[in-house]
Amino acid sequence: MSLIAAWGLSKQFGDFTAVDGIDFEVERGEVFGFLGPNGAGKSSTMRMIGCVSDPSGGALRILGMDPSREGTNIRSRLGVVPQQDNLDEELSVAENLYVYGRYFDLPRSVLRTRIAELLDFVQLSERASDHVEPLSGGMKRRLTIARALISEPEVLLLDEPTTGLDPQARHVVWERLWTLKRQGVTQVLTTHYMDEAEQLCDRLVVMDRGKIVAEGSPRQLIERYSTREVVELRAHDQVSVLTDALRRLGERSDGYSGDPLYERVEELPDRVLLYTDHGERMVAQLGEVKPESVLVRRSTLEDVFLHLTGRTLVD
Amino acid sequence: MARTAVIPRPKLAVEYWLLTYRRNWKGSILTSFLSPVLFLAAMGLGLGSLVDAEVGSGRDLGGLDYLDFLAPGLLAGNAMMLAVNESTYPVLGGFKWYRTYVAMASSPLRGRDILLGHFTYMAFRVTLASFVFLGVMAAFGAVSSPLAVLAPICAALCGMAFATPTAAFVATRINADNFSTYTRFVVMPMFLFSGIFYPVSQLPIVLEQIAWLTPVWHGVRLCRALSTGSGMEWELIGHLAYLVALILIGTLIASRTFTRRLYE
Repeated sequence: MSLIAAWGLSKQFGDFTAVDGIDFEVERGEVFGFLGPNGAGKSSTMRMIGCVSDPSGGALRILGMDPSREGTNIRSRLGVVPQQDNLDEELSVAENLYVYGRYFDLPRSVLRTRIAELLDFVQLSERASDHVEPLSGGMKRRLTIARALISEPEVLLLDEPTTGLDPQARHVVWERLWTLKRQGVTQVLTTHYMDEAEQLCDRLVVMDRGKIVAEGSPRQLIERYSTREVVELRAHDQVSVLTDALRRLGERSDGYSGDPLYERVEELPDRVLLYTDHGERMVAQLGEVKPESVLVRRSTLEDVFLHLTGRTLVD
Repeated sequence: MARTAVIPRPKLAVEYWLLTYRRNWKGSILTSFLSPVLFLAAMGLGLGSLVDAEVGSGRDLGGLDYLDFLAPGLLAGNAMMLAVNESTYPVLGGFKWYRTYVAMASSPLRGRDILLGHFTYMAFRVTLASFVFLGVMAAFGAVSSPLAVLAPICAALCGMAFATPTAAFVATRINADNFSTYTRFVVMPMFLFSGIFYPVSQLPIVLEQIAWLTPVWHGVRLCRALSTGSGMEWELIGHLAYLVALILIGTLIASRTFTRRLYE
């Protein structure tokens, strides 16, 4: 049985539909992601899973229970890492874990050992008695993750776990989340970073304007909705001229297999993307077309999102 | 599935507030001590000597010295002021700035556990400050009945009769824009016109009748009766019932506004 299952789940705020009838299932032990731009309805979905927001429509089952009737019981078995840190900055690092553990009615003796273990896990043992306020953003996020784990939850919910962190701090957080995954902790996360979704998620859904537009593993999604490689051509002023030239070029074949040179063209404000399985062959055929720079790269979830919605994830 | 469900209790939320109190209890006690010392010295002794010389211990003050009249009134008024402070910015902060309530809401605690936890802590703070106040009153010789030991409890009830509806209202606010208006035009007038500094019978009849409706007037009457040991047993029960009713109504409304804000 799935740990979390939703059918036609929706959330309205007045006239605004934040989540518009979505279906998904999360299995035990997997890392499941909601990928989408800001305002796609990811956080609203997350709040419903966290039992702090009642669904407006559809059905939701978490650990086999109905959140509108058993919110308290469900929350006692979830660990939540909110998008906006809500640590107590005047209390010490260890006190933050202690007081949160007490909300779950965990006995002091249990908390004492768990706090030591968790601080060790998130590499904050040396800061145990320091105040939270001067800690770096990455340390605070790691502390919030430790806090979410204090009750040994069956599911860990992470809303934008690395937003606002510098690259190095992000990698430390990712590395901790991988370790949890190896230990079998089920994780549900939202992100608007395609690299984060690719790195962490076993399976994900792409959300846009309250709806799920695609579902699968990162690899499946790329195979289904993009080509193996992408040629990026930059041209600051004359993107449309470049696009036209590339369209004419596309009427020819690649000279090897007889296939078209590329499958699709996407025009962005400062560059043109050519979707093809053979990037270097494409570049060799550019001939008269002279962009400012050319780059061949592998397809990512960003390309999947662009193909599905016609827009970029982060702008 | 062998895990037993956590039984949520307001007590678990109180522990958070007591932990933060442990960090600043010294400053808090000092303030609770200094405020009555300044008020009783300036108004009780300073202004009081003038009042007693001019008016004498007349029937308007119920045969009391001005200091004895004023001190229990200030005890109730001080509790009101403290309770208002505790139920405005810290409550909005719980939703908005420190997000303490938001963190609690993601745990098994429910909206009513969260607010009862905070209310219990507010009551603790106000009761403690009121006992310190009583100690200062005694040192000034402004206590004349052993029943006075019950006065801080009544002062705390008076404070909570303000704190609970105030917190219920604050839970519906996006920002602190109206707080100073509330303190200036609702709380301050009650402090000045509800029988703390002079009997409300001195006021025009319309204002006197309004004063009867304010919780602080009931608190002042209670504290004064206990501190001076001057009768009015049946009236006491009426005052108590009025304050308790306000606390219950305030808590019920707060339970709705807190839950709506935390679990929209």
